[in-house]
Amino acid sequence: MIDQYRAVFDALPTDGVPEWLRPVRQTGLDRFMAAGFPTSRDEEWRFTPLGDMTRTPFAPAGPPRAPVSQADLEPYRFGHPEWPALVFVNGAFAPELSQTADLPEGVMATSLARALMTDPELVEPHLGKHLGADATPFAALNTAFIRDGAYVRVPAGRTLASPINLVFVTSADADGAMTHPRNLIVVEDGARLSLVESYVGLGESAASFTNTVTEVTLGQQSWLEHTRIQRESEAAYHIGFSHVHQVRESHYRSFSMSMGGRVSRHNLHTRLDAPNTEALLYGLSIGHGEQLVDNHTTIYHDKPNCRSWEVYKAILDDHSRGVFNGKVFVTPEAQQTDAKQTNRTLLLSDTARVDTKPQLEIFADDVKCTHGATVGYLDDLPHFYLRSRGIEPERATQILTYAFAAEVMDEVAVDPVRHELDQVVRTRLGIMDRI
Amino acid sequence: MLEIKNLCASIGPGEPNILKGISLTVNPGEVHAIMGPNGSGKSTLAQVLAGHPAYTVTGGEVRFEGEDLLDMEPEERALAGVFLAFQYPVEIPGITNAYFLRAAYNELRKGRGEEELDPMDFLDILEEKLKIVKWGPEMMQRAVNHGFSGGEKKRNEILQMAVLEPKLAILDETDSGLDIDALRIVADGVNALKRPDRATILVTHYQRLLNHIVPDQVHVLFDGRLVRSGGKELALELEAKGYEWLSEVAEEVVA
Amino acid sequence: MSSSVESLVNREYKHGFVTDIESDSVPPGLNEDVIRLISEKKGEPEWLLEWRLRAYKAWLKMEEPHAWANITYPPIDYQDIVYYSAPKTVKPLGSLDELDPKLRETYDKLGIPLNEQKLLAGVAVDAIFDSVSVGTSYKEHLGELGIIFCSFSEAVREHPALVQKYLGSVVPISDNFYASLNSAVFTDGSFVYVPKGVHCPMDLSTYFRINQAGTGQFERTLIVADEGATVSYLEGCTAPARDENQLHAAVVELVALEGATIKYSTVQNWYAGDEEGVGGIYNFVTKRGKCAGARSKISWTQVETGSAITWKYPSVILQGDDSVGEFYSVAVANGRQQADTGTKMIHLGRRTRSTIISKGISAGRGNNSYRGQVKVMPKAERAWNYTQCDSMLIGNRCGAHTFPYIDVQNRSSAVEHEASTTKIGEDQIFYLKQRGLNTENAISMIVNGFCKEVFKELPMEFAVEAQKLLGVSLEGSVG
Repeated sequence: MIDQYRAVFDALPTDGVPEWLRPVRQTGLDRFMAAGFPTSRDEEWRFTPLGDMTRTPFAPAGPPRAPVSQADLEPYRFGHPEWPALVFVNGAFAPELSQTADLPEGVMATSLARALMTDPELVEPHLGKHLGADATPFAALNTAFIRDGAYVRVPAGRTLASPINLVFVTSADADGAMTHPRNLIVVEDGARLSLVESYVGLGESAASFTNTVTEVTLGQQSWLEHTRIQRESEAAYHIGFSHVHQVRESHYRSFSMSMGGRVSRHNLHTRLDAPNTEALLYGLSIGHGEQLVDNHTTIYHDKPNCRSWEVYKAILDDHSRGVFNGKVFVTPEAQQTDAKQTNRTLLLSDTARVDTKPQLEIFADDVKCTHGATVGYLDDLPHFYLRSRGIEPERATQILTYAFAAEVMDEVAVDPVRHELDQVVRTRLGIMDRI
Repeated sequence: MLEIKNLCASIGPGEPNILKGISLTVNPGEVHAIMGPNGSGKSTLAQVLAGHPAYTVTGGEVRFEGEDLLDMEPEERALAGVFLAFQYPVEIPGITNAYFLRAAYNELRKGRGEEELDPMDFLDILEEKLKIVKWGPEMMQRAVNHGFSGGEKKRNEILQMAVLEPKLAILDETDSGLDIDALRIVADGVNALKRPDRATILVTHYQRLLNHIVPDQVHVLFDGRLVRSGGKELALELEAKGYEWLSEVAEEVVA
Repeated sequence: MSSSVESLVNREYKHGFVTDIESDSVPPGLNEDVIRLISEKKGEPEWLLEWRLRAYKAWLKMEEPHAWANITYPPIDYQDIVYYSAPKTVKPLGSLDELDPKLRETYDKLGIPLNEQKLLAGVAVDAIFDSVSVGTSYKEHLGELGIIFCSFSEAVREHPALVQKYLGSVVPISDNFYASLNSAVFTDGSFVYVPKGVHCPMDLSTYFRINQAGTGQFERTLIVADEGATVSYLEGCTAPARDENQLHAAVVELVALEGATIKYSTVQNWYAGDEEGVGGIYNFVTKRGKCAGARSKISWTQVETGSAITWKYPSVILQGDDSVGEFYSVAVANGRQQADTGTKMIHLGRRTRSTIISKGISAGRGNNSYRGQVKVMPKAERAWNYTQCDSMLIGNRCGAHTFPYIDVQNRSSAVEHEASTTKIGEDQIFYLKQRGLNTENAISMIVNGFCKEVFKELPMEFAVEAQKLLGVSLEGSVG
């Protein structure tokens, strides 16, 4: 089955591809061909059923039959219309739907394909450079297919006042189609950026396959707020890999929400590669129907005096299944590490299931590392308390479920984004009024 | 009893000195108060005398009953009779106060060539000592300082001092963070243990403890140096004038 | 890192000696004939031989689990192991006085008082030397209560129906590589049966001992507590110093019927190897209990300070409604030791509850992994688990790893996992030294405090032994 991917690779257009990128792609293909698709025998993929996906002969996505309009995208864009936005439809950059006017001087927000043509010298030092041996076979496959995606660069010392929206749209007719968006985010020394990365499906039943990689590199004392929202069709397969490389005194704050896809998996890896860096990772998964929502995070504490803080939550209903694996590695050098991880899952039905594995691997002795995981249903006591104040039982459940989600949504720092996400979550949980 | 000559210390080799040449003599039966503003080196002096490994002695000497104190391990100093009541007493989860006190007490007995006490015999001693800090036996079943309030921790230090009966007790800001009742209990504890063959060094920021424990001498520490020594009235003078005027005095001393 | 927290362990193994009793061994290697020979030497019934052979066939198809556990070791040549050896002196004894003086001496050196004092202490001892039981005591008193406590071989002879009913009922012959190997070649072990409603009046104790050079140890233990019965079982281990790695693959099966309670406590202090890790024991053990009946309870407590490699996950299958599983563990990895240990709690019945308290201490170049699984199956309504998993590191050449797997398929359950990592603080040590304790006593005190929640689960006598052992195991780990 994996041979079809080689055929797709061989048919990739080579025009506009810089010389240096060809071996990068080739290595990606070789690594993928050597590894193949992971199976449940691979520890990292034990609970992620990929069988159906790997047996489906996905074809590279083409343009949609009916063009996607601004109105189609309206529900999926956050904030104000004048915020910068890069929109990709079925994997291809859609400049007519994007908004890149009025960017501050030196700030680049464009498609990777364009950046490769206009500024290859800016792209080359970063593209594929930080994805290490921990990259999954899917990330290798994405590398083989590097062609388009978002490219954002904030030069040293610049602060972007408005968040940038990155919107990856799969059209309603993209059944059986695959895309491999490749994104590169470069925040240079002292620069600040807020980013909202969305994956959306316009159709409710398109069994598409999105295999995306986002590479982030953060310079000294830089700051990034990274919000990632996955709302693909509930028949879709979504595999995402985000890799963040951090140096001295940089600050990374991530909020990752997954609520779409038949099977979705997001790997978020961040490497704290210099002292005094900080990473805050927040996640929320909401599953219903037959969905499987899988989050894997890895925090590499490579250097001393770094701090990481992680809270991932999941709300699972019906027959949905949640997977969480959170790794924290602390090298012998990384003294004074302060790492805290929390994973909480709420099961709303008798048939929902979760597999969670928080994992600490520590080789330094002067560290503060804790993790906690809880799985359960809503506490009886608060439920009773609400009912004793005259609230219907179902309503009490809704309120408490919302409260469970709100605790982590509150961590989204950009106000308009947080308010809109709140609306999205309430809609999904069937709570129409504000709580 | 204790003779400090020109003691200099820093937080490590190559670091600037925090103690810049301290000289002080304490005789048996005396109570000395060491006062000074925050950061003057008061706690450093207390910790260096107890042998805290974080500090490096860069000069001078300290003799305790004629022996070279600086040459001893912390536990040797403890067995020789030097007791430090910590400013921030350390928590030892899982180990009861009773067990901890007996272990320390038996180390002392072993050092003197005496037989170790079993828990029952030790309990008799402990009951007497608990009266000094006005505690019931239930405090003995709690883990050492674990979950103790600030005041409880300080009382626990006094209790340990009462049990170990040191020759030289150094109280490092034992009064800080105590309400008036706790302060009185601590002061009464110190006074109860006063004997002609024992000495006490009180390290404190405030004069109020000295209303309860009357010092024979008061020393003022400023920027790593003892800039003034006097009787108990010096403490009152400091209380009235604050510490700011000392910078001029300090300059004179350096000059 | 601080100056006082860095020097390494350098201690001779306290129990390092070899007793030269001539052994009756079969040649090294494993095949069907060896299994037939073992079965024949032990005078076993046909069904047991068949059972062994089925296990052997299953084992041949299995792969040694090298990949997943966080341990490394050179390959084991299973054809280079002697699968049977018995002290020549073994014969039915009228009384303990008839015991070989050499054996008595060995036991005395190990501090195993197989004598009057121990009897007075109320502990019945069934000592195992290499692979065959040589002495069983206090049997008569237990016999009056209907309690069977004997060597496994004797149980096969005297109580075949009980053995046949329960052997392999918790750990099937194809369970895992080492368990299958054990099933094929086990030579002896212990058997306990406590009848309905009987509370065993004393802790039952077995001391295991590895002695013969190059002899793999394949002990088999089966404990059955019938309805409403209670029993506490102690297993203590020690082994002489060897310069050749020795494999130990024991299987322990516990069955608790309705309302029964089994408490199983282990202190494991096998030879860990020299400072370079040469010569230590490989301890690959399968321990599992089944709470078969409602309101039954199985509690594992272990203090693991020895062995070069420990691979051990005492588990509980919570089948009966309202049954309870517990796991309390202290594991020390010092020098070059590798410990990969933890538990599995499989919740099948309603309102089943489990508690896991794991304390891992890593020092020197030791690596300690906690690997646990809490699985709540769909029918386990209102199942409850609490896991606390704490690691302590002494020095920065060691490692602590936690791999807790949590799999929940029932929404009315509550599963909670907490983990923390601490070090022995410089300030803690200084504080204790200021109160007159030397560094080693200070470390020992802090570590014992850290492990307290586990030690309090041990029977008194064992707890004292365990605390001493911990002190000895960490001797010299802090300079």
